[in-house]
Amino acid sequence: MSSQYKVIVGMGSCGIAAGAKKVYDSLQDTLNDGSAKLVIGGCMGMCFAEPLVEVAADGKRVIYGRLTSENAAEIIAKHIKTGQPVMESVIWSEGLDSADANYFNKQQRILLKNCGVVDPESIDSYMSHDGYKALEKALKTMTPEQVIKEVEISGLRGRGGGGFPTHIKWTLAGKSAGPDKYIICNADEGDPGAFMDRSVLESDPHRVMEGMMLAGYAIGASEGYFYARAEYPLAIKRLRMAIEQANQKGYLGKNILGTGFNFQLFIREGAGAFVCGEETALIMSIEGKRGMPRTRPPFPAEKGLWGKPTNINNVETYANVPAIIFHGGAYFAQYGTESSKGTKVFALAGKIARGGLIEVPMGITLNNVVFDIGGGLQGGGKLKAVQTGGPSGGCIPAELCDTPIDYDSLKKIGAIMGSGGLLIMDESACMVDVAKFFLTFTQDESCGKCTFCRAGTKQMLRILERISEGKGKSGDIELLEDLATKIVQGSLCGLGQSAPNPVLTTIKYFRHEYEAHINDKICPAKKCKAFISYEIDADKCKSCSKCAKGCPTKAITGAKKEPYVIDKAACIRCGLCMSACKFDAVLVTTGSGRGE
Amino acid sequence: MSQHESVNNGNSFPEIKEIVTKVSVNKTPAMMILQAIQFTYGYVAPEMLERVTELTGIPSSTLYSIVTFYAQFRLEPIGDNLIQVCHGTACHLAGAERITESMVMETGAQAGKTSEDRLFTVDKVACLGCCSMGPVITLNGEVHGYVTPEKVQKVIKERRECCVANGCKDHDHTAGKEATVSE
Repeated sequence: MSSQYKVIVGMGSCGIAAGAKKVYDSLQDTLNDGSAKLVIGGCMGMCFAEPLVEVAADGKRVIYGRLTSENAAEIIAKHIKTGQPVMESVIWSEGLDSADANYFNKQQRILLKNCGVVDPESIDSYMSHDGYKALEKALKTMTPEQVIKEVEISGLRGRGGGGFPTHIKWTLAGKSAGPDKYIICNADEGDPGAFMDRSVLESDPHRVMEGMMLAGYAIGASEGYFYARAEYPLAIKRLRMAIEQANQKGYLGKNILGTGFNFQLFIREGAGAFVCGEETALIMSIEGKRGMPRTRPPFPAEKGLWGKPTNINNVETYANVPAIIFHGGAYFAQYGTESSKGTKVFALAGKIARGGLIEVPMGITLNNVVFDIGGGLQGGGKLKAVQTGGPSGGCIPAELCDTPIDYDSLKKIGAIMGSGGLLIMDESACMVDVAKFFLTFTQDESCGKCTFCRAGTKQMLRILERISEGKGKSGDIELLEDLATKIVQGSLCGLGQSAPNPVLTTIKYFRHEYEAHINDKICPAKKCKAFISYEIDADKCKSCSKCAKGCPTKAITGAKKEPYVIDKAACIRCGLCMSACKFDAVLVTTGSGRGE
Repeated sequence: MSQHESVNNGNSFPEIKEIVTKVSVNKTPAMMILQAIQFTYGYVAPEMLERVTELTGIPSSTLYSIVTFYAQFRLEPIGDNLIQVCHGTACHLAGAERITESMVMETGAQAGKTSEDRLFTVDKVACLGCCSMGPVITLNGEVHGYVTPEKVQKVIKERRECCVANGCKDHDHTAGKEATVSE
């Protein structure tokens, strides 16, 4: 503790998968001489440069990226010994002007302020960063109505994707008759391509809990439930620790801070059902039943968990509340646009050069995010589309990427804000394939209650499958549009109402690709197996036999010093040969009749 | 019921009684009981559901409706190694399909199934949340990022050799649950 240096290793799931645990272990051996204090941190946001280690002293922060268990100890030890950063491995420091250091320039980190900074496994660490100060302020100096008023001033809207004003939900639940009321945190982050909630829970669990406690105080609830994805074991583990610590410190339990406020938190693990992200289905699941949505009204604010008034928000919504109460609603409202206040966290992934967890003020454009923060496309590719909102969202073409990110602008172009997944696609993405991908997902996840959702998505998927198999017919596009409209109208919950969105937006903006599949029998992105064939460029082939060894159907033959050849009749077009070839000698082409 | 009792006679699956006692303090515990059973045994067999019914009175039809609804529950035991291939959007764009294909080829297990030698179970799963490292797989709960068909060959070979040499007793069979995430 005598040391002035603090060394933080970013240990979210992504970091650990990239080798952060090994880096941590190697540093433990080196730093056990007491030269620095080694701590665990959460996600620092720069997933593209994991594993990340921060060295902090005298308020100056230096972040190292792309470390390995071999070089980390040497670099960090050198920094501490000389007092000088080892610049060639530094990825970010205050004022550093480098290609990757500008990653944060256009970001505004309010909610993620602590991520990667506090130790997610220590309540003391959270408290030393103003943790639970907002709760103390609310319990000691504000009435529940004043808490809701601040949330109203902040303009906070539901961050799960719906964008419903948070204060209205709270007011309704507050007015419902007690005394039994519940708070639920929707941590069932089911959208493929989204990892905001996981990162926040893994990196700063107490902030979410504090937000739930404030909501509990505001509406008069004394019990709260986390409904968390079972696929997020680390988030659940850290939440468990955080709840236990908060109980020990008296932030949970009876008579919190001597104010007479009682609150307790529980965790319920989901069991792998996307539809349980819908609030009424989620409630059914916590009640231990099949997670099937029911009609609303009554809304959960009147009749929710076990029939009692319940307020449901998602992780990010709750995580915004402590800052709103601590700094006041106006502080939050200074960011963003007229109708979409504050900041939004996004999970930037796909074919992006610098993917990661970002927080930006509302109103920033998609282009800003892709090029200024994300550093453009991976491998210098060309931007084709940005997908927001996962399976419920839409594909936005490159030419519309100057659209500002706010609830209403995105809605206007057929997409949605969604929970925060931002998938970047380059020219290699086939839009029919993308639509088929999402439909496969929603069709599989439909709970089956509404006929239009259950049978309609199935029919849409069949049509998409036949289009991608080269059996598309004229009229299929119109049929898809017709079905889509009816599914939207005839479904009870958000899953069905939004399931056709990826199909509708890809038809709207990439209709020519559908037509190419149906009429010309080609797949412009060379993705759909029915329209492509593989061959080996004899000039480039070095006869290494790698492709032949990896071919599941033994369709590739050749001999030493002779170029290898693919037997097209035996080829199943899996593309494994293309992945295996180190000389780019495997070519893929598309054209009429290729796949036959 | 008499037929069921003869199957279970109270002695099979002794852990279930403990689970039921422990979990039943919660309101509406059905799903939590089933999750605990899945965690303990790695799957939920029909006989286990009947045992829960005996102990709690929750109709087995209700229990069955739960285990068939949620993807997490398995009705058959898994192989010695559980592999999850992420098919989230980012991984799909990064070539998850190719990873599954090479996984099927290397392990001999069809997607969603267990190989004949019972060494491997291969599952296609929705997002694992490590989107910036796609394609991603988990092998017995350990997350591996930036996977290529070549890497698949390597890990499966290693795993197979290790299992054959050690009789498969050195790794966690209840992967994906409490398993630690590491490289």
